Amino acid sequence: MQPFSTLNAIAAPYFEADIDTDKIIPHRFLRKPLSAGYRNFLFYNERFAPDGSIRPDFVLHRAPWDHAQILVAGRNFGGGSTREGAVYALADFGFRALIAPSFGDIFHANCLQNGVLPVVLPEAVVAALAARLLAKPGLTVAVDLPRQIVTLPDGSDCPFEIDPVRKEQLLRGLDDIGITLSDLPLIEQFEAGYHGQRYWLTGKHE
Amino acid sequence: MTGTAALTMYDKIWEQHTIRTRGDSEALLYVDCNVVHEGPFYAFDALLQEERAVRCPDRTVAFADHYVPTVGRERGLAGIADAEARTMIEQLDRNASLTGIDYFGMDHPQQGIMHVVAPELGMVHPGMLVTGSDSHIATNGAFGAFGFGVGASQVKHILATQTVWLKRARTMRVEVGGCLGPGVSAKDVVLAIIEQLSIGGGVGHVIEYTGPVVRALSMEGRMTLCNMTIEAGARAGMIAPDATTFAYLEGRPRTPRGAAWTDALASWRAVGTDPGATFDRHAQVDGGAIEPMVTWGTAQDEATAISGVVPDPECFTDAGRRLRATRALEYMGLKAGTALRDVRVDRVFIGSCTNARLEDLRAAARVARGRQAQVPAVVVPGSQLVKRAAEAEGLDQVFLAAGFEWRSPGCSMCTGSNGDRVPAGERCASTSNRNFEGRQGRGSRTHLLSPAMAAAAAVSGRLADVRDFL
Repeated sequence: MQPFSTLNAIAAPYFEADIDTDKIIPHRFLRKPLSAGYRNFLFYNERFAPDGSIRPDFVLHRAPWDHAQILVAGRNFGGGSTREGAVYALADFGFRALIAPSFGDIFHANCLQNGVLPVVLPEAVVAALAARLLAKPGLTVAVDLPRQIVTLPDGSDCPFEIDPVRKEQLLRGLDDIGITLSDLPLIEQFEAGYHGQRYWLTGKHE
Repeated sequence: MTGTAALTMYDKIWEQHTIRTRGDSEALLYVDCNVVHEGPFYAFDALLQEERAVRCPDRTVAFADHYVPTVGRERGLAGIADAEARTMIEQLDRNASLTGIDYFGMDHPQQGIMHVVAPELGMVHPGMLVTGSDSHIATNGAFGAFGFGVGASQVKHILATQTVWLKRARTMRVEVGGCLGPGVSAKDVVLAIIEQLSIGGGVGHVIEYTGPVVRALSMEGRMTLCNMTIEAGARAGMIAPDATTFAYLEGRPRTPRGAAWTDALASWRAVGTDPGATFDRHAQVDGGAIEPMVTWGTAQDEATAISGVVPDPECFTDAGRRLRATRALEYMGLKAGTALRDVRVDRVFIGSCTNARLEDLRAAARVARGRQAQVPAVVVPGSQLVKRAAEAEGLDQVFLAAGFEWRSPGCSMCTGSNGDRVPAGERCASTSNRNFEGRQGRGSRTHLLSPAMAAAAAVSGRLADVRDFL
């Protein structure tokens, strides 16, 4: 995956609570191959009318938010199902970082596996930021992963937390598999002990 | 935590599966059983591209459930008109064959919804760590297992290594006291719990259910309860194993036999939470006060007793909830103050991993018997085994005589990915688990409720109080 270090980009406001993954990408698009371009399915039911025509006043259709790389969202963003398609849609649209008071657990993990940085900031800060962005379209936000700081449009710095191992992986563009497999002997040793105690879990039982 | 500390069930399973830890609270955990469906084709494609093999093919089981048709099954794959849906199943057929994983394809005699089949075959045991490409894998918590959903990238990792990196959650105990009134089922209990906690209330936590109401539930009831726990934002729901659990598991195709059964049982008895173990949070629910429930909004916490009314959004003190409720009423075409029993429905769906097991079908049949469906009503058994067992009891005949449709197993109208959708503007009383905007089809309006309540709605043509039918 693409490494993430620093980003200074236009941020788009989408500050609503409890936006679930069904809203981010309706289930009927999860059967599409990646080559179809998942950006086309992002927030589909809000962006397009039932007849397929575009809704020009949807936030992400209005310049300059149509090329935003940061999304400022409400609490519990990405709650609901496991669908990783939700992350593919956001990433394919161009979002590299998401800022919200909280994220759905599985969605948060999916982001990290795909080089999308989920940034948790206090609700009051996010609310104020969203209001500011709405008032002045085109404002940029800077996200500095090494220093773990978000610089708001008014120049103030806001620190954010991230698990140090996840941070390292994002900085290096590494997903988990290679890292885990370098530990294969440890896994095999664990298995031997674990199954030694629970022999009924090995082989078939008839 | 050291040897003599009192541990919760979650703590025990976490520690017993920890291969190593890293960072603040993350661990590499061993996966006993990995359950996948047609969805994570991205994972198989990527694995193939990277020339990686599935490390333990016998520890992953795949099911064709989301995209299978519920009618016309005798025509096989060729009978699926929707080319993309057919492709999803064909991809899984191919990936299962290439990797050698256990596979329950569309024509398998025990085909069905992954969260119905795995438990009924005895694949999940107390103390197991189970991962699923569908978040309702949490259903398996009913057995005292830790079951949680994972995204496609994690599925790929599990296939390649049989392990998963996970951050340790906090623990919450939800005690359901008292005793359930007539007409009140596990579905009503979980809707009442979600209404109390809110859809974000369980975020970051694994919930353990305790209390007399929980102990009195059958395994199927416990599965319903654990299944929808994730809708409160929790990672998983769990119930400590007991005599009910062991009686259910004994003799199932994938449970140990003979000396192995005796040894496994001894291990399972040690899985439950130790006396004196502490939880990070507690909640108490009065089981006796729970009434048959129904959702009115577009999130599972937007629910109330069938005897109640659609609330005024202004009654929510939280601004976020107020806004959400206002939008929900607009989407659902409901006015504050309307009695739920006055709400007409256009369609009824009895099915899904939440409520499509034999007891669910019995409960619905009891209400449908001798009555007539007023609106199109569809019954989709959770698996071929459930379907055959229901037919052996004549439940299919009860439904057919009442004008309901009796179909083949699959996820069907819960997500509509197989084409079983609710048309725009229609109101569907559904025994599934999500009432999000457009969930059952663009513009569709979902009211979640129990199987008996769904049957009551079908024969009334509107949301109805199942207690009037008992």
